[in-house]
Amino acid sequence: MTSVTKTQIGGFLARQGILVAFALFIIGFTLANQRFLDPDNILGVVRSSAILGVMALGVTFVVISGNLDLSVGSMMSFSTIVVLDLHDKLGPTLAIPAMFAMTLCLGAFIGFLVGYLKLNSLIVTLGMLSAIHGLTLTYSGGQNMDIADKAGTWFSVFGQGEALGIPVPILIFLLLAAVLGTILARTPFGRKVYAVGGNGTAATFSGIRRARVVFACYLMSAFCVATAGLIQASRSLGSQNTVGQGLELEVLAAVILGGASLLGGSGTIFKTVIGVLILGFIQNGLLLVGLQFYVQYVVTWVIIILAVWLDVAAKRGKLLSPIA
Amino acid sequence: MTDDTPALRLEGIVKTFPGVRALDGVSFSVMPGEVHALMGENGAGKSTLMKVLGGIHQPDAGKIIVGERPVVMSGPLEAKAKGIVFIHQELSLAEELTVAENIYLGELPRKRFGLVDWDRLYARTDAILKKLKVSFDARTRVGDLSIANQQMVEIARALTVEAKAVIFDEPTASLTDAEKVVLFDVIADLQSAGVGIIYISHRMEEIFKITDRISVLRDGQYRGTLDTAETTEEEVTQLMIGRSLDLSRNVSHHTLGDVALEVRGLSCGPLFQEIDFEVRSGEVVGFYGLVGAGRTEIAETLFGLRDPSAGSILLDGAEVRINSPADAIALGISLVPEDRKGQGLVLGMNCRDNMTLPQVDDLTAGPFVAEGSEVAIFDQYRDKLDIRTPGWKQLVGNLSGGNQQKIVIGKWLSMHPRVLIVDEPTRGIDVGSKSEIHNLIRDLAAQGYAVIVISSEMPEVLHVSDRIVAMYSGRIMRTFTSDEVTEDNLIQAISGIRSTGRVA
Repeated sequence: MTSVTKTQIGGFLARQGILVAFALFIIGFTLANQRFLDPDNILGVVRSSAILGVMALGVTFVVISGNLDLSVGSMMSFSTIVVLDLHDKLGPTLAIPAMFAMTLCLGAFIGFLVGYLKLNSLIVTLGMLSAIHGLTLTYSGGQNMDIADKAGTWFSVFGQGEALGIPVPILIFLLLAAVLGTILARTPFGRKVYAVGGNGTAATFSGIRRARVVFACYLMSAFCVATAGLIQASRSLGSQNTVGQGLELEVLAAVILGGASLLGGSGTIFKTVIGVLILGFIQNGLLLVGLQFYVQYVVTWVIIILAVWLDVAAKRGKLLSPIA
Repeated sequence: MTDDTPALRLEGIVKTFPGVRALDGVSFSVMPGEVHALMGENGAGKSTLMKVLGGIHQPDAGKIIVGERPVVMSGPLEAKAKGIVFIHQELSLAEELTVAENIYLGELPRKRFGLVDWDRLYARTDAILKKLKVSFDARTRVGDLSIANQQMVEIARALTVEAKAVIFDEPTASLTDAEKVVLFDVIADLQSAGVGIIYISHRMEEIFKITDRISVLRDGQYRGTLDTAETTEEEVTQLMIGRSLDLSRNVSHHTLGDVALEVRGLSCGPLFQEIDFEVRSGEVVGFYGLVGAGRTEIAETLFGLRDPSAGSILLDGAEVRINSPADAIALGISLVPEDRKGQGLVLGMNCRDNMTLPQVDDLTAGPFVAEGSEVAIFDQYRDKLDIRTPGWKQLVGNLSGGNQQKIVIGKWLSMHPRVLIVDEPTRGIDVGSKSEIHNLIRDLAAQGYAVIVISSEMPEVLHVSDRIVAMYSGRIMRTFTSDEVTEDNLIQAISGIRSTGRVA
């Protein structure tokens, strides 16, 4: 190669752009505020990313299988409200499995619609975003939900506890990432998720029962949402009906940032974890440099669009192209 | 311009990509009124050459000369403006728009306020369609047309400019024999209008029927030009692949075993009716017919992708119900589908994972996929089928058509099926790999597989089949043994003409 051409630089940016941008962010934030790389701050970021991260793990399965899940935010509100309510009625030991069962039912319903009835996942989960929000409000009567005896319950361990000096939410996130990462990378089910997302027709022609795989991905997503709801409820021991509102977009942003393609068939759990951390650090950095939290909403969207652009650009091998 | 000035001339075109010299000093010219075939195996450089000509790639060296002027092609639009028009293998039409809108897309005639002048648009379009003698008009929605007619729309598009040279890239890939005749008429008309035609195809019969000269590329190099009238298929093939090729009818017969698959009175709505046939172990049964005769639909029914409305399927004498591909696979029926990229492979997955996909549930150690066993299976079939790939990690999308097809075949052979159905086994595959796949199919029969081959290419059906089932419009017209079949009676049968002789 005689010289590095413009196209090659474009190609490199397209492939590694997210990491380059992330590195620039880190350098910039560190220069702007020394506290950014402080160990306490880093732990804080990971801890506050855990809920988002747990949800992103499940959505990774859905996205790789070639679908979307926009219902995770309002489903997480549902889980949180339900488990707080049942905590006082049934006690935590029964409340937790009851909440998981109810959330999984929602996931199964979505999985049935998208998998077996082959309805468009964007429409189905967008509809469910709204429907589940209504369900939550109906359940709670529109009231905030609080645990009566906040000081006397062991339920707070999931959100506030520590083990080996590490906050429990981080442990749950990492443990779940390890388990789901292994399932995705190493089991026959994981392989089928990639096949269905990569080319659903070819998967069917290879004897894979596509509907079943899609259904299972939505169950996986609902399970992760229930776990996130558990952490959320346990952390605050009280909640509004809208606690998960808007999270679906951040979750999607994290998954795409990690490099999963919205077209399906690519992505890994490890990359999603990276995506979650990138998003967490950028949001934290924005706060540390003194921007208001609502700037995050704008930035999150800019990041999503940037990530989608780079995803497409990587396929074309350059940043701009007249032919899609 | 005199008659001995080429319509289009390429001189010493060189194009390199990282690690590959895709074109190595290729020179080539087409005269006005000449049909000039460009041949070569997949990867020989035909596509790259055409992309250079269309301005999608810029050559590293060499000249493109249109008429007498050297030109620089900056893109497809400029090529078209200079009178170089491409008819692509894959159609690029907007299905929801009308024929007229497609033909003048981007240059619709306007009247005041920038509104479309529909009258002028339809009048102009109908004038062009009249030249092509087609049965549809300017107002027809493109999505309602057959593939052949859609191709006519592409050609009509080419006629909106004063074309000096028209390039046809595998134009007959999805055409029936009758539709080809119409296409060849159009090409003859263009020819008599003094347009130079470059015709890219793998199909020898066509090349010999319609072209004047044949130029051959191999490994990015120009290998020579032959006068079609004075050469033979063998000579062309030899130039393309550096060795000769067998185009004969199948004469080898293996000892046949028991009936493996028996189909009785199988019907599926309007698609096919009362289909009866049987396939023995060790036998290759070819299904020949026009596109739309119902052959693929029978295969899809046997593979559990369609529900039959009547009839029965027997495997080894026992009636079976097949409700899904998973059922079919469990019963030992495998299908190498017609659309390799759309149905056969997950292009973004690696070779190994594609090959073991149907059996990934069984290849486990504990809860995990046993990757070692997978690699072993891949290695075994890579060697057996001579799949050329740097390794199992290679993404299938990066392989050539022939190697991709071998991955699909390997996928099913590794399942050890009773019945193997192969739909259009060599579509879009270069001539060298083609004969390899034909030999492979014969070998499989010798090993005792019951094989069904569906093909639209007569030489292929003749070459691999022990018996040939001729279909017309959803029905079996006649079944031939390889001794009784002739080109004529086969064509009669698939055209719906009932001839004397044994019926089905």
